[in-house]
Parts: sequence; C-alpha cells; structure tokens
Amino acid sequence: MSSSLSDPLRPDDHADGAPRTGRPTGDIAQPRLGVVGWLRWGWRQLTSMRTALVLLLLLAIAAIPGSIVPQRTADPNGVSQYRTDNPDLYPILDHLQLFDVYSSAWFSAIYILLFISLIGCVIPRTTHHLGALRARPPRTPVRLSRLDDHAETVRAVPAGRDASDEASHAVDLAQQQLRKAGYRVERYDTPATAKRPAVASVSAERGYARETGNLIFHGALVGVLLSVGIGGGLTYTGQTVIVEGDSFVNSLGLGYTSFNPGRFVDTESLPPYSLTLDSFDVSYVPVGEAGQGMAGDFAANLTTREPGQDAKKQTVRVNHPIDMAGDRVYLMGNGYAPTITVRNPAGDVVFREDVEFLPQDTNMTSLGVVKVPDGLPEQMGLVGFFYPTAATLHSGAFTSAYPALANPLLTVDVYVGDLGIDDGTPRNVYALDTSGMTQLTGRSIGVDSLKLEPGQTVDLPDGLGTITFDDNTATGGAETVKRYVSLSVHRDIGAPFVLLFAVIALLGLLAALFVPRRRLWVKAVSTGPGELTFEYAGLARGEDPAIAVAVEGLQREHQRALDAEGWPAQGSTPTAPSDPAATPSSASTTTPDDANLPA
Amino acid sequence: MPAADFSLDSVSVLLVWTAIAIYALAFIAYAVDLARRSDLALQQKDAATDAARSRELVGAASVAGTGASGAVASDAGGSAISRVRAEEDAAAVNLAARPGARRRYLWARIGTSLTVLGFLFHVAADITRGIAAGRVPWSNMYEFALTGTMLIVAVYLVVLLRYDLRFLGTFITGLVTVLLGATAIWFYTVVVPLSDPLKSVWLVIHVFVASLATALFALAFALSVMQLLQARRERLAIAADAVAAEERDAEASVVAETPANPVRTGPRFLRTLPSADALESLAYRFAIIGFIFWTFTLIAGSIWANDAWGRYWGFDTKEVWTFVIWVLYAGYIHARATRGWRGTRSAWLSIVGFTAVMFNFTIVNMFFKGLHVYSGLN
Ligand code: HEM
Repeated sequence: MSSSLSDPLRPDDHADGAPRTGRPTGDIAQPRLGVVGWLRWGWRQLTSMRTALVLLLLLAIAAIPGSIVPQRTADPNGVSQYRTDNPDLYPILDHLQLFDVYSSAWFSAIYILLFISLIGCVIPRTTHHLGALRARPPRTPVRLSRLDDHAETVRAVPAGRDASDEASHAVDLAQQQLRKAGYRVERYDTPATAKRPAVASVSAERGYARETGNLIFHGALVGVLLSVGIGGGLTYTGQTVIVEGDSFVNSLGLGYTSFNPGRFVDTESLPPYSLTLDSFDVSYVPVGEAGQGMAGDFAANLTTREPGQDAKKQTVRVNHPIDMAGDRVYLMGNGYAPTITVRNPAGDVVFREDVEFLPQDTNMTSLGVVKVPDGLPEQMGLVGFFYPTAATLHSGAFTSAYPALANPLLTVDVYVGDLGIDDGTPRNVYALDTSGMTQLTGRSIGVDSLKLEPGQTVDLPDGLGTITFDDNTATGGAETVKRYVSLSVHRDIGAPFVLLFAVIALLGLLAALFVPRRRLWVKAVSTGPGELTFEYAGLARGEDPAIAVAVEGLQREHQRALDAEGWPAQGSTPTAPSDPAATPSSASTTTPDDANLPA
Repeated sequence: MPAADFSLDSVSVLLVWTAIAIYALAFIAYAVDLARRSDLALQQKDAATDAARSRELVGAASVAGTGASGAVASDAGGSAISRVRAEEDAAAVNLAARPGARRRYLWARIGTSLTVLGFLFHVAADITRGIAAGRVPWSNMYEFALTGTMLIVAVYLVVLLRYDLRFLGTFITGLVTVLLGATAIWFYTVVVPLSDPLKSVWLVIHVFVASLATALFALAFALSVMQLLQARRERLAIAADAVAAEERDAEASVVAETPANPVRTGPRFLRTLPSADALESLAYRFAIIGFIFWTFTLIAGSIWANDAWGRYWGFDTKEVWTFVIWVLYAGYIHARATRGWRGTRSAWLSIVGFTAVMFNFTIVNMFFKGLHVYSGLN
C-alpha cells in the first residue's frame, strides 16, 4: 500500500502501515536515548494502537466486578448486607475498592490512561487531516493494471477526429462524472514523448469524511467524559418523602431526607420552590386476574409553587418527571402513612403523626416505627406492621393479601426503655434500636401484639396510656389511611451535554465505519492509429466492500457518455491485446509494484 | 406452564412450540447439508470443469473469476495450499452470488425453507402474544426472548438474500431452537400489565434495536468461528506443502508429485467456504453494523433510565454488561486495525464479545441483582 499526504495519519502499529522492520528505524531505535528520547518513546507507546486496544480490553474486564459485588452508589443496602453475610471477606474487598469499582483508583487509572492515549492519538491526526482536506488527489499510477480492481475498454476514435484531443476530451467527461459523484478530482496529463504516447488521466479521491467521522467520534468520546466529570461536580440528588396533604420545601435544612451534592454545588442557594402532595393515585390488578395485585399507573398529584408564580397543579408519574426551576422531580416510591396518636393515662396527646411505613412486599405489608421520647414515664418505642388487606396465615401470623385498603389492620409491639436518641447520635427514623429496651407485647414474648383498625383506640400495656389508629376519612380524606410518596429531586447540568456528545459520537461513527474511502482513476492512452484504450482502476483505502462495483460503474457510465458523444460502437476496432502488460504504454517501466504508485 | 383454557395467549404458546419444532427440523436439514455439501460441491465442480474444458476446446475465452476457473486450478494438482485457495475462490464467488445463481445444495434449501416456515409461525406467535397482552410483546424475559430470537432469524433470512450464508444455518437454527425452547420451558409468564417503568417508547426502541444488534453479533460470531477453522485449514495446508517439499528434496529421484489424498484439515464442509480473510471481512461488516445498533441501544437505554430512574447512568448490573459488551466490540474493531491482531486474534475478540452478549441475555437477566428486574421470573 502506498501512502500520501491525503492518507489519514495512523499510529505506527496500525495494520495498514508497513511492518516496522521495513521502515527506516528513526529515532526510536537509536541506541542512545536522552530524556527527551525516552519521553518520546513512552509517548509513542502510549498512543499506539496496541496500547489503546489493551486498555480497552482492560476497561471491559475491570468493569465486570462491579456487576458481581454490590456497589455503594447503586446498591448501598446490598453492601451492608454483604458486610453482615461475609464479615471476613468484606474488609479485603473494601480495601480493594471493590464496593466502589467505578470510582476506584485502578478503574480510574485505566480510563484516564485510555483517554490520554486517545487525545495523544487524535490531536496529531486532526492536524494532519486538516492538511489532507486541502490536498489534491495523488498522481495517477503508471500501471493501473496492477491494481486489483481494474478494467479496460478499447474504443475507436470517431472518424476524422484527432486521437489525443479526443483522449483529453474523453477524460474531461470522466472528470465531470467523478466530480458529480462527490469525488475530488485532479488531472494528470502527460504529453507524448519520443518513447511514449500522450496520456490523459484523471485521479479522483473520495471519503475524507471517513477520517473526519473517526476524529469526531473519538473527540466526542472526550466530550462525553468531560460532561460526565464536570457535570457530576455540579449535580445534586436528594430524596424526600411527602404524606398526602403535606408539603416539601426545596431547602437543605427543611425538606430532604437525604441529599448528595456534587463537589461544586452551592447548597445554600437551592431554587426555592415547594411541592404539596394533594393525592396519590395507583391502580391494582383486580383479584382473580393474572398479575393480581400488581400496581401501576402511579401518579403523584402535586400543587407546585415557585416564587413569583401562581401555584400549579402538576402530576409526577414514573417515566414522566416534572421540571421545577431546572430540577427534575421523580416519583420513586409510595406507601401507607397511618396516622397514629398516643395519649398518656391522663388523656393528653404525647404523639400524633402520619407515620411512613416502608413496604416489605408487593402486597404492601409495611413496617413502621414510632418513637415517643417525652410525655410518658419512660421512653416508648413502637414497631408496627400495617396490612392493607389483612389475612391470617396458617401459623397465625398476619399477612397482607392485596395491596389496596380492603381490610386495613395495624399491629403494634410496644417497647419501653432507652430509645438511645438523647446522646445526639443520628438515628435512622425507620429503625428502632431495642438493645436498651424491654418488650411488652409481641409474638416473640408470647403476648399478643396490639391490633387496631382505622378509627380504633386500644390501651397500651402496663397502663401506659392509649394508642389510636386515626381514620383519615373522619377528617375528610378519601381513604381510611393516608398514603405517601417518595420523590427524588435531581439537578444534572451535564446530562444534556452527555447526550449531545453521545449523539455526535454516533454520527461520527456512522461516517467512520460506512463512508468508503477510495481512489479512482481513468486513463486514456492512444494504442494505435485512431484507437484509444481506456483504463479504469480503483484502490480502496481501508474497508470498502463496494470498490469493485464502483470501478464497474465508473466504466459503464463513462462508456455510455462516450456513446452519447457519438463514438463508434464498441468492438468496431481491431482487437487489441487484452493483456495490458503487453501494451506499449506500460511495457517500458520495470519498477517493483509499490514504486509504481506515487508516494 | 400456560393455563389450559383456550385464549389467544395459549394459541401463541402453541405457535411457539410449532416454531420450535420446525426450527429443530431446519437444524437437522442444515446439519445434513454440512455433512454432504463438500461432496456435492465436488460433483458440481467436476461438472463445471467439464464444461470449462469443452469451452476451452471450442476456443472461447474462459471467464476469469468464476467457479470454473477455481475448479480448473484445483484440478491442475499442485500444492495443497493452491488447491485450498482454488476451493476458497470458488466459494467466495458463490457467497456473493445472487440467490438464483448459487450452488444447489438440496439439504440447505430444505433447511432454509423450513427456517422460513418456522419463522412465519414465530412471527404469528409473537403477534398473537402482543394482541393477547394488548401491547408490544417485549416486557419480560419470556417476551424479550420471543421477540429477540425472532429478530435473529429475521436478520439471518434478510442477509441470505445478499450472501449465501446457509453454512451458518445450523448455528442460527440451533441457537434459536435452544433459546426459544428454554424460553418456552422456563421463562413462560402469563400476560400481566406492563409495570410502570416499562411504559415508555424507549422500551420499544431500546429492546428492538438491542435484539437487532444481537442478531448481527451472532452472525459475526459464527463467521469468526468459521474464520478460525478456515485459517487453521490454510495453515495446515501450507505446513503439509512444506513437509512435501522437504520429502521431495530428500528423495529427489522419486516421483515429484504431491500426495493425492488431501491433508486432514478439519470438517470437510470447509471446502465450500471462502478464505479466512473473506470470512473475516464479512464478520467485520456484520459486527460494525451490530456495533452501531449497540451504541444506539446504549444511548436509548440511558435516555430511558434518565426518565425512569432519574439518572442516565448508574452502573446497574445490566448497564455494566451493556457497557462491557460495547467496549469489547470497540476493542474488536480496534484489533482489526492493529498490526499483529488482525486475523485470528481479532476473531477471538468477536467470539468473546458474543459470549458476553449471550451471558448478558441469559445469566445476567436471571441471576444478577439490579434495577432491570423485569424478567418476570421469581
Ligand atoms: C475510549 C476509547 C476508545 C474507543 C471507545 C474507541 C473506539 C473506536 C471505534 C469504535 C473505532 C471504529 C470506528 C472508526 O474506524 O472510526 C475506532 C477506530 C480507531 N481508533 Fe479508536 N477508540 C478509542 C481509543 C482510541 C485510541 C486511544 C486510539 C489511538 C491509539 C484510537 C485510534 C483509532 C484509530 C487509528 C482508528 C481507526 C481504525 C481504522 O483505521 O479502521 N482509538 N476506535
């Protein structure tokens, strides 16, 4: 293969390049390498095709553990579970950063090296390509017949016309034809000499877009990485829970149950808006149908308020987040929030809240915790199970048979003692640490749990007072028990850029893989009195399954154009030798194959 | 297993089983074809040779580049590798021939006809399932597999119009029979409504394009396997020539003729396949189209994830594997352009890539924990 200025620049070890042994050794193989020499050598290694390939394969392998070991970012509960299940293995894996694969030192090292290599590879290629875009197609090879894709036609010149004029004119036609097909063209005519007849030829090249696409693709990958990296620093995500009738205010201190800001996020100046959950809709597949109890059509109906604007009614659905001042608000989950009131023996309310119960199964058997730190002689903790459709198992335990409120039941186990919240240690509101407490009711100690239906009040054990499961319909609610939704609030400035660069990469890839890059030549040589031989040849530069078809098409079209110009029909000439090597035009040179093609 | 009562869905299941049975028959037909096609090719070659000889006698110029010229060359004796090359050239011509002009392999024809028939049942099964469910039929493992395997066959049949890839028939029908069979036995799930996250146009696009990519990767994989076998055959032929040359040198006086029986170089059907190079570039062509689709799958999946889960990328198990596969194929494409990696080594990458695709489709769906818990299996 020859190369020319218009050829894309490739790393040394690209498959299209000549083997290294065959090239001048250059500075890399010089015996004495200075510091600069070594640096250059190292850089060349880093930006070679082989390094890129090895790094790509390493990247693929390094990504795999993250799908086997639970990851802190994707599955924090899985990590805690792993710790409990494998106490011995956990510290080792943790030390190897296997719970944070995608931010680990080793994973980062691989992709950072890969991208350095990528940039180091792409920049010189880009400068080279910018030059190539202005380059002219290379000289027509002397012996086109040596190319794989080659065809010839011998034609008689129309009577009375001059052969060399006609040669030039016929090549003009080919030139127009090629230019119209999107080729860049250049004429290389040589006048007749003592030894050789005149030759008219056109050299055409197309497919610069292939390299352009390749560079755009690789460049866009850098864009994706930068958008992810920079965007990540400006991104925040927060979770919040809103019970029907309640509101969320977008402020770090007030609204969020958890909040993860990126490095550069100013948490003091979150856009001030508020969301009120008016109602939550859900539908369940009716009993007796396939998929019974399956929930769907979740919809959180919100009233949203932004400063300086009227309140709006908006609905958040799965797959359909709403936009609030540039934040996107997602519906992530839902559950029941029974309203529980605790009174002391004197009848004073010591606790009244809508308690968010966490669903434990698809039928919404839910678990909730109540902590009553003050107002009773001792601190009290309640662990409750809520069954929207209570049913009894053979064992006597309750379960929920259906997720809707068909037969709601709340069971409560009572603990007294130290809630462990006075020392200021933050505690999970959804879990009760019973280590410092005495259990008063529950199956495990053989005392029946307290059982309540909406609207019921029962006595707490040991004369502690009473507990009430308030009926929400009594205060105008649509259902006996309130529901809550968990929402996720996201700001991701980088995401649109990531998408933009990804799409650019895809477009670049299409060009890089499917635009054929090839050269075509048409040459007219006088091979006898009143006779011209036309040679057509093509050379694929890289993958080009259609090169043969392209040469055939070129020949056909060009011959047709000649026919239209009134050339005598084909075959009306004396038969010329079909072996081009025997024609006078090419018999004179004996240089080896490659040297025939212009460098 | 499905409910016994008559419903559109039970019709669909019946159609699935019919399709499986027909595919299994197609597999057998294709297997018989592979076992017999080298003999057939030989006979046809002889016929072609005779024709070519008689044409030469008449004095007409022989047409270069047809199957006949390869046959002549191989008849001319010569080295083992030149015989192999001649066979390969003839096969290359057949590979690109129009459907009407291809070699007549009776069993391959039966195989293809059965595949088309099985495919029709398969399509009917998929459509009835969709109608029974009242939505697109790809929302759980059963339906993904049903539609995905259907697209694999569809891509194969479409490609057949352009290339004579019937030598991959056993692979494709075998793969689809096994996948579809396993699907029908283990993955069957009754029709249930779509869960909320799946109600998205992106689901339709994402899954559809991913299946197309899988089909193309499957073809590339099979071609890469053939490439490895053929490359081995070429190597062995060259080695045999070297040995023969040595022997000739050793006993220069004895008859200087290559042994008449060909060297043992792998399955005989390889004699009807084009060269390792030709197989490689075809595999590459399918792989790059697959890669484009896969890139699109990745982007569409991220857009959907951004709507459904509030982030476009979270290294969820399924996302990890989609990424791994993408990177593997990027590696494969690079390998093809890297000196020392083109050929056998890059073929192995194509094989590894498709293994990862299958792993992702089966093992990851069933056993790995993650957000993509839509398999509908418990
Ligand atoms: C994030 C890492 C990379 C990915 C995902 C990637 C992906 C790809 C893909 C898909 C192609 C085929 C499309 C085309 O031909 O344009 C390609 C080609 C190419 N890549 Fe990369 N690449 C990466 C890094 C690199 C690096 C570091 C180099 C420099 C050593 C490089 C050099 C090339 C070259 C020279 C080609 C053209 C191959 C040919 O001539 O066919 N790539 N790359």
